[in-house]
Amino acid sequence: MTVKTLTIDGRMLTGVSGQSIFTVAWHNDIKIPRLCHLGGVSDVGACRLCLVEVEGRPRLQTACMTEVEEGMVVQTDTPRLREYRKLLLELLLAEGNHVCAVCVSNGHCELQQMAAEVGVDHVRVAYRNPRRPVDLSHERFGLDLNRCIHCTRCVRTCDEVEGAHVWDMAGRGEKLHLVSDLATPWGDSEACTDCGKCVQVCPTGALFVKGAGVGQMTKDRRFLKYIVYGRERKQWSVP
Amino acid sequence: MALTPDELTERAEAERERTGAFRERLHVCTAASCQAIGSDPLRAALQARAKSSGGAVEVAGTGCMGLCSKGPLVRRQSDGALFLEVETGDVPALVEGAPSASLDARRVSFEAHPFFAGQLRIVLENAGRVDPERIDSYLAAGGYGALAKVLAQMKPAEVVAEVTRSGLRGRGGAGYPTGVKWQLVAKQQADTKYVVCNADEGDPGAFMDRSVLEGDPHRVLEGMAIAAYGVGARLGYIYVRGEYGLAIARLQTAIKQAEKEGLLGSRILDTHFDFSVQIRIGAGAFVCGEETALIASIEGKRGEPRPRPPYPPEKGLGGKPTLINNVETFANVPPILVRGGDWFAGIGTEKSKGTKVFAVAGKTALTGLIEVPMGTPVRRIVEMAGGVAGGGRVKAIQTGGPSGGCIPERLLDVPVDYESLVAVGSMMGSGGLIVMDQDTSMVDVARYFMEFCRDESCGKCVPCRAGTVQMHLLLQKFCDGEATRQDLALLESLADLLRNTSLCGLGQSAPTPVMTALRYFPEEFAARMRKEPAGP
Repeated sequence: MTVKTLTIDGRMLTGVSGQSIFTVAWHNDIKIPRLCHLGGVSDVGACRLCLVEVEGRPRLQTACMTEVEEGMVVQTDTPRLREYRKLLLELLLAEGNHVCAVCVSNGHCELQQMAAEVGVDHVRVAYRNPRRPVDLSHERFGLDLNRCIHCTRCVRTCDEVEGAHVWDMAGRGEKLHLVSDLATPWGDSEACTDCGKCVQVCPTGALFVKGAGVGQMTKDRRFLKYIVYGRERKQWSVP
Repeated sequence: MALTPDELTERAEAERERTGAFRERLHVCTAASCQAIGSDPLRAALQARAKSSGGAVEVAGTGCMGLCSKGPLVRRQSDGALFLEVETGDVPALVEGAPSASLDARRVSFEAHPFFAGQLRIVLENAGRVDPERIDSYLAAGGYGALAKVLAQMKPAEVVAEVTRSGLRGRGGAGYPTGVKWQLVAKQQADTKYVVCNADEGDPGAFMDRSVLEGDPHRVLEGMAIAAYGVGARLGYIYVRGEYGLAIARLQTAIKQAEKEGLLGSRILDTHFDFSVQIRIGAGAFVCGEETALIASIEGKRGEPRPRPPYPPEKGLGGKPTLINNVETFANVPPILVRGGDWFAGIGTEKSKGTKVFAVAGKTALTGLIEVPMGTPVRRIVEMAGGVAGGGRVKAIQTGGPSGGCIPERLLDVPVDYESLVAVGSMMGSGGLIVMDQDTSMVDVARYFMEFCRDESCGKCVPCRAGTVQMHLLLQKFCDGEATRQDLALLESLADLLRNTSLCGLGQSAPTPVMTALRYFPEEFAARMRKEPAGP
């Protein structure tokens, strides 16, 4: 493990080898927008919101998947990046059926929060209004695919943290969608442990606890930190 | 028992003697295109006739000779004549050599005909000579000679150096220097390394790799074995798209034959070099031609790309160093090792060496495979294909499929090399070349390619998944005459977004056909915008 010094948004910062630009920035209060990144599980670089400019690299790099290097110069918030983030969020908002006014996560939604942060005040692209199903077969939880943004946080958390791998993606392109087990109802899943981790990590109201009304679905994912911490140190109880 | 190098030479000699004993040899094209229009029954009829007339004529199958639109093709060995559109009625005349005015009318010279005259065949040199289903036929043409030479005389580093000296660049489209890539893999310290052949050719209108696999599968296997020796790999995969049934069958046959003769497997050619090849069949996703998606697919995962770096030469299949080259790249390797890197570097332009095979399709008089030295003007290729059918005018050509762009007629003198094609906004691509005439609407073409990308996006990253949909919808508005100036501006913003923020090459290059169409034919887009109501 070696120390790496780098410049992010004009600030001289240090990280250690193997850390991502995102992590080092986060620890120094530089909050790069993101939706698919989730501390504690592997990264996929799918939402593209955390793209940053790295001097000497012709292409934009995902902050979550680019390791810090000695002498790196990174810009996380340029007009160009802001424009891209805006349009990416507009694409996401138009792709599903994101109706905040009737959503359980209204006010606690990361998609909503990101859109507000980067200043999405209207959507230029055409709303797709897709027909997507809702799965209420699970006793305690619900899945509303209309609100799913395909970030795969639930897929990775279920697989890497809970070890159940109930969730996966099926189809491709605009037909990409989340499935439980082999595209069977969630409630029929024998692999599901009913732990609810997927619900807590979901950035939108796609996964929710049944019974929550509009704006009532708050999520708490502090558990992830404790599990990952314990796993890294092989330390499973507080002495 | 594995063949020794001496036995390899003997086998080749024996095959040459055997074929030399025939008065005449007829090579019938057995590639997919000719097969589809009846080359199999034709070949059977020829064989039956040859047998009944005394056996002085041999009828053999061979790989794609290039003039696909005029098949089934039969090549006569003695004078190099090529017969077009051969029917079963021509069988007696072909076998017995009896004069036939109708057959003579369809006879062209395999060397002198304008379609062939400007070609320089390296990758396709065995087309019309070698039977893809018989290893002896390949051996007789000097096959596996390069591998034998490499194993007997060269160190792995020398092999890599020779390929570097040749200046060969990746034929999959991006043009990364092959020798440099080999070096990257060779220098990795790892217990396991892999060689992967990318045969997931998916560009609409492209069929070069397919023809090479169907016509000369051993050539690709030999190239892979040489690469494996150079970089230190013992296992290779060929990732073939599932639609290529015939190519898969030919490869399976070839692998079996090579294993039987000890040209693949352990102790190849009685040396300590081991290398085996397995086939992996794609399930119809275009994105699996992207190297990280291809690796995921071989690993049995969803065919989705991942961000690079790390690049496959460092972390590829199963996290191990992996060399991925395209079919045509591997097919170039054996001749480079036989004739030397300097020979290869003497062909082509300063930065693009060797030849490139193009699959010419579209509105041309002739359709098929054309292999030309790098630096040949695009216009020359179109002329070789007979220009536009019916004497029409070329409006534009398109290279690189959904990742490439169109080139207008006035720029057709651009030479085919990696840099020049990029400079005009297109790219070399894997070799698809589609010719469009004055009746083609460039707006329709742009919409078509965007629809293709929309269908083929894996959906992993937002710009490609949702952006291709929006761009397609906007282009549809142009086609319907409903687009406004805001739509045009949005189309351009989305193109910029996709190019700069998409995860892999599919999304990054998806806007290219649209942007080149907009750049060269803005008037066509303007003509299909909604007519603004006249002012008061």
